[in-house]
Amino acid sequence: MTDGIASLAGALAQARAQDRAALIGYLPAGFPDLESGIDAIAALVEGGCDIVEVGLPHSDPVLDGPVIQAADDIALRGGLRIVDVLRTVREVRDRTGAPVLCMTYWNPVDRYGAERFAADLAAAGGAGCILPDLPVEESLAWRTAAKAHGLATVFVVAPSSQNERLATITAAGSGFVYAASLMGVTGARAKVGAQAADLVRRARLLTDLPVCVGLGVSDAEQAAEVAAFADGVIVGSAFVQCLLDAGTDTAAGLKALRELAGELATGMRRR
Amino acid sequence: MAPAFFVPDRTGRVPSAEGYFGAFGGRFIPEALVAAVEEVAVEFDKAKDDPSFAAELGELLRHYTGRPSAMTEVPRFARQAGGARVFLKREDLNHTGSHKINNVLGQALLTKRMGKTRVIAETGAGQHGVATATACALFGLDCTIYMGEIDTRRQALNVARMRILGAEVIAVASGSRTLKDAINEAFRDWVANVDSTHYLFGTVAGPHPFPAMVRDLHRVIGVEARGQLLERVGRLPDAAVACVGGGSNAIGLFHAFLDDPSVRLVGCEPGGLGPEEGRHAATLSVGEPGILHGSRSYVLQDEDGQITDTYSISAGLDYPGIGPEHAYLKDAGRAEYRAVTDDQAMQALRLLARTEGIIAAIESAHALAGALDVGRELGPDGVVLVNLSGRGDKDMDTAARYFGLYDQDQAEGEARGRTPDRVTPGEGNVR
Ligand SMILES: Cc1ncc(COP(=O)(O)O)c(C=O)c1O
Repeated sequence: MTDGIASLAGALAQARAQDRAALIGYLPAGFPDLESGIDAIAALVEGGCDIVEVGLPHSDPVLDGPVIQAADDIALRGGLRIVDVLRTVREVRDRTGAPVLCMTYWNPVDRYGAERFAADLAAAGGAGCILPDLPVEESLAWRTAAKAHGLATVFVVAPSSQNERLATITAAGSGFVYAASLMGVTGARAKVGAQAADLVRRARLLTDLPVCVGLGVSDAEQAAEVAAFADGVIVGSAFVQCLLDAGTDTAAGLKALRELAGELATGMRRR
Repeated sequence: MAPAFFVPDRTGRVPSAEGYFGAFGGRFIPEALVAAVEEVAVEFDKAKDDPSFAAELGELLRHYTGRPSAMTEVPRFARQAGGARVFLKREDLNHTGSHKINNVLGQALLTKRMGKTRVIAETGAGQHGVATATACALFGLDCTIYMGEIDTRRQALNVARMRILGAEVIAVASGSRTLKDAINEAFRDWVANVDSTHYLFGTVAGPHPFPAMVRDLHRVIGVEARGQLLERVGRLPDAAVACVGGGSNAIGLFHAFLDDPSVRLVGCEPGGLGPEEGRHAATLSVGEPGILHGSRSYVLQDEDGQITDTYSISAGLDYPGIGPEHAYLKDAGRAEYRAVTDDQAMQALRLLARTEGIIAAIESAHALAGALDVGRELGPDGVVLVNLSGRGDKDMDTAARYFGLYDQDQAEGEARGRTPDRVTPGEGNVR
């Protein structure tokens, strides 16, 4: 079993050694279907992502905008189960070697059992979890299980997080800090939130963890802008949109994913 | 001295500082909402100890809402209840037509205290939406109401009421297109607009402090009823019965009787068409512990923690979650919860109308049906107190279809000219 936290640290350090930010891509498992979903997440790495987040779709994704909601719906209607998500993690990890995080809501993990989920995710080669509706105060059971299995717990911080809370959250987290660029749900935005740079600056004063920025980043220009001040750039809805646009033409969807990942990665190298 | 209408719990037993009622409750929310939710908790704690808040809210509840609400004995209805005496706590007579206004006026005052200018809310039956739109009109606040698309159809009258009051009503087309999804959408709005906006949550679920705060704002129901019954009958009821959607009218009634062990507390859940998955919303009877909308409680969910589809003829009860204090009372054995089917509720609605001249909301009719059974269990010496949480005007279209009350021509015209009501489960369920 490889250590999830170490694999994340390695990927982020490698990007830094190349004087660039890391590109982190998100797609839900099971979208558009189980097998194509695995190909799609692997395509993110082939196109230039350093780290991937595999979404475990939830029936009630309260922090997601319409694009990721649509993908979650398709995956769940296709009959996706947690075992399928774990298989997706394993195959992506085996095929690409990139660190694979799981991103989901707390209820599916709680229901599965925090300890059991951590054990199975680690066994599948997962690097850790992002659980955006699990605040640090409620996270002890998960963090204990994650730690026992070498998994990272990536916490989300928001522009509204005051410094005292930022200190608590970053001290409890591992892997990296997920800085939300704005107040809102996932989805492409015309502009990256002006609060993002300030949040990254405040977080850096409090932690040695890398700070990666997500929410709303959808094109190369925005990625480059964020890469200038963050350790990583997280992109989700824009990738999901590629597959939604491709409809039933999965090959075209995979091509579009590789191209977008490539464009984003290239944009970020120009810093 | 004028009766007090703001009567928060002062025992401090539950919840804990972290918002736990035993194993249930807590605060499972995104980081972006933590500061706002904490602000609500701090502001409400201050208000609880501020006589000027109690005075201002008390004035409103008295002169605007019309409290205290009446208590009506219903002897002709009670003939079907095994001869027990049945008393209705008339929350249907409150301004706007349901208990919801008690909570709304309190939170609207808090909104002003927090300096926020915009209010959002979810609504199922439309009663919480109407009450919220009403308070926003009264206080000059911007108001947006989220309502599942299926509910905007089956409660069309209330959509019109909200709009004439100046609220924007957004029909939510995601997920199951009912109350659960309206709440999801309201949370999405709140995360993006939290600086200007208060989420005026409509029941005793959600993250701490909402379950405790909404309970405290509804405690007046049971406090009044207890006093009224002691005065009229000279003793406590044997049972207090209420319908449970999220649980606010029920906790409001139950709370004043928690320390009266002789009083059975009976919550009536929507049994819909039967116990099979997707045909009911009987969360406490069938569900298991999990997290939905910010707190741990009982939830209707599958093995993977996905929330399952619900169905009830009543929009206000059609919800796969339940307030955490009810989960706590259930596990502690202090309250009991039973499922009442669509048909039992509709028959009780018609019975009350024909025997007493009172048309109940379909939500409240679940409690009436439960009371008939409880009365039969108690026998002729029993005294049953029922929370009549709302009036049935909004439900007349559903009732007319259910009982075939439209004239033939009109019924055909309706069938041709309008989208059908949600009379079968699964109609709106995307998943
Ligand atoms: C009249 C009436 N009763 C009951 C309810 C259910 O809510 P709760 O369980 O919070 O009282 C509603 C909700 O819409 C309602 O309108």
